[in-house]
Amino acid sequence: MPLFNVLRGFTVWMLLTPVLMVLGAWLQWDSTSAAVWQGLLETVLPEYTLTSLLLCALVALGVVSMGSVSAAAVSLFDFPGRQTLSWLLLLPLAMPAYVVAYAYTDFLQYSGFLQNWLRLHTGWQGALWPDIRSTWGAALVLSLSLYPYVYLLCRSALLDRAPQLMEAARLLGASLPRRIFQVALPLARPAIAAGLALAMMETLADFGVSSYFGVPTFSTGIYKAWLVMDNRVAAAQLSSFLLLLVASVLWMEYRAQARLRFVTRRGAARTNESQALRLHGWRACLAFALCVLPVLLGFVFPLLIMGHALWVGSQQQAMPWAAFAGWFWNSLRLGGMTAVLAVGLALVLAHGVRARPTWWRRFSTQLAGMGYAVPGAVIVVGLLLPLAWIQQRWPDSGAGYWLTATLLGLLWAYLVRFMAVALQSIQSGYSRISMSADESARMLGSPARDVFWRVHWPLLRPSAATALLLVWVDVMKELPATLVLRPFNTDTLAVMAYQLARDERLGEAALPSLALVLAGLLPVLLMARAQKKTPQA
Amino acid sequence: MRSFLVAPQPVKVARLLLATGLILVNLTGFAAEEPVLNLYSARHYATDEALYANFTRATGIKINRVDADDAGILARLKAEGSASPADVILLVDAARLWKGEVEDLFAPVQSPALLKAVPEHLRAKQRPEGTRWFGLSTRARVIVYDKQKFKPEEVDSYEKLADPKFAGRLCIRSGTHPYNLSLFGAMLEHLGAPATETWLKGLVANLARQPKGGDTDQIKGVASGECGVALSNSYYLARLYRSDNPQDKAVVERIGVMFPNQNSWGTHVNIAGGAVARHAKHPQNAVAFLNYLVSEQAQTYFADGNNEWPVIKGLSINNPALKAMGGASFKSEKLAASVVGMNQVKAQQMLDRVGLR
Repeated sequence: MPLFNVLRGFTVWMLLTPVLMVLGAWLQWDSTSAAVWQGLLETVLPEYTLTSLLLCALVALGVVSMGSVSAAAVSLFDFPGRQTLSWLLLLPLAMPAYVVAYAYTDFLQYSGFLQNWLRLHTGWQGALWPDIRSTWGAALVLSLSLYPYVYLLCRSALLDRAPQLMEAARLLGASLPRRIFQVALPLARPAIAAGLALAMMETLADFGVSSYFGVPTFSTGIYKAWLVMDNRVAAAQLSSFLLLLVASVLWMEYRAQARLRFVTRRGAARTNESQALRLHGWRACLAFALCVLPVLLGFVFPLLIMGHALWVGSQQQAMPWAAFAGWFWNSLRLGGMTAVLAVGLALVLAHGVRARPTWWRRFSTQLAGMGYAVPGAVIVVGLLLPLAWIQQRWPDSGAGYWLTATLLGLLWAYLVRFMAVALQSIQSGYSRISMSADESARMLGSPARDVFWRVHWPLLRPSAATALLLVWVDVMKELPATLVLRPFNTDTLAVMAYQLARDERLGEAALPSLALVLAGLLPVLLMARAQKKTPQA
Repeated sequence: MRSFLVAPQPVKVARLLLATGLILVNLTGFAAEEPVLNLYSARHYATDEALYANFTRATGIKINRVDADDAGILARLKAEGSASPADVILLVDAARLWKGEVEDLFAPVQSPALLKAVPEHLRAKQRPEGTRWFGLSTRARVIVYDKQKFKPEEVDSYEKLADPKFAGRLCIRSGTHPYNLSLFGAMLEHLGAPATETWLKGLVANLARQPKGGDTDQIKGVASGECGVALSNSYYLARLYRSDNPQDKAVVERIGVMFPNQNSWGTHVNIAGGAVARHAKHPQNAVAFLNYLVSEQAQTYFADGNNEWPVIKGLSINNPALKAMGGASFKSEKLAASVVGMNQVKAQQMLDRVGLR
């Protein structure tokens, strides 16, 4: 299929160009950059490295514990509220991490509502607890908004296969802890690894939370080198270190996937004979508490705090309700367009690897996901650099116009940034389809194309839906690229929330922030419904 | 008072020129230019909407707009090159305006009205081919202090913030933020490198907490007792002064405001300004828009609506907050933007050395 080869090549090229452009800055090494680099090395670089690593470790701990425990609870056990919780647990996905950060800061800081109130009524003095705006606080906030990645992938992995195997193990006399640690956990490990990889990349690329909290990470360093010192070379060098970190995350994830490969016979999975284990008494309470906590902390509390800010704000001045529908629509539209494109291209790439897993295809597909860990602003510059060159070389091409005056550039940046999300989901879907299915189909005489449409696609549909949802929501929350690359008169909810928060008007920022959550809920709920329809799978 | 006697003259002239300019332009080649203006703006204030709407009402020119941050706008302009659709660029930091000028992203403008309206130290250097950007409003970097703990004379200069008596009392936002970086760039000019570095070390030693949050957070930090002194942009402070929220009123009650360095080089001010894009497709509309922004009406918006200081002289400001802060007629620093701009990298490297985040 030469057409697909061309498409695959084009996709990889398109996704890699901005990243390579960043790396290309190494080639422009000169004495100024050497001096800047030397300065960074002597002063802030060690701190950036340590803080980023610490943040990653803490977030990893947070997302894996919250994500996998809650996923295990709702998929392996039955307790009151389980059905509802299993989709409530998705809600923090709709909550941008920076909004959670604003909310908790507003509520918990020294001059915030809670401490002021406590000092007033108890006579206590000084700081009542450590500041949320710290590395620990950033880790908490990021964990709360990123754990759904692990939850989502882990749960679908467990639902696919665990009940029967758990039941078999139980019939063979294995104790509950043994069933969990020796049956369910190994089954879920590739999924946990995939979710963790996503969360790690998001953490490394995060700028919103760490800059607001004043946590010195690599991303903030890159911004500084680029925007303040105006030194592309130094920024590119910092970025390449970031990419190195990401490459190692991806490699570890790849290893985890390669070592463990489980496939499901869907037919068997759909029988209703095996039931989740019903919990009673304190065990049910514990399971309930473990599942409800992330929802409360990651969604309900921030929502209430922002709601309160909105209410206070609306007392003082009129809210721009009218402009609002436009922002809402723009956000949804951009998210939807990107999501469809990303899932389509991810299917092309993943199918390429499946059909002929040459090392080059596997490698290039992994590379295609690198952009996820690159801070949005760096991607923007990576896109704008070659654009400037093309525009100068061929002034009549109008390249400089087409990329920013239309949605082209913005969609491109989104794809670079979020392709990994779609790929992770689709590939983890593929890893659950047995190779023998392909082989049987081919032996029965199906051409390759039919194998995809009649074997893969029906089995991949839930993964594709997950990918669609994740990309959709991620795009709506995306900020730096949207801010700089969008065409005229296309304000989105994220942009407005940021502009108002930047202007330190939390009350007014609350409106677009809450709407962003609401808009994010749409795809989340759609997906929850789609999952319910897939029978107890 | 002085304003009544001296200043209205240039304003009227400016308006007259604007009006005649618009009429002339309408009668002559202007018809060839479609009534559209493409605007890249780093301003992000609600009151600006009204400003733009008024311009459209007065001239029939429709404004298309992208709001982003200064750095993003410059990067985008640079990449778009000659294909850029932008006509007018609005930025909110003097150093960035200077950078746009240096990187040749702005077109030189010949406009006697603009030259007359905007004082010399608030615009780009005037060259034979024209001037590349014009300041439209300014904001002061003031010191906010806890009235219960400190007296005004203890905080009447930026230098005094490094005094050991403020140990564990000082709050500022990130040193890398353009507002602080511009101040530090200016200090570098006034004090010289070694003294500035010593001063910055003093600031770090005095920090009550690691720099975080925005200017409003620092002000609230002072009011809650977590901090004793803080640096803030006048514009955020004025907003608290005008707020009806009881919590904000309590904040204003507790704090004192100082316009520092009145006895030396003056309080540091940052410039928000505008320029015509190098490759503007509607240059006449662009100049008309800049002219409109220094009109009395627009300048009143900046002052009364958005708590900034207007650049034109003799405007009667009816903003209770700007008056209440005591900055009705303070002495402001008169450094050229190019000086502050050129010092940015040096200042940032110094921050890295002394460990100011």
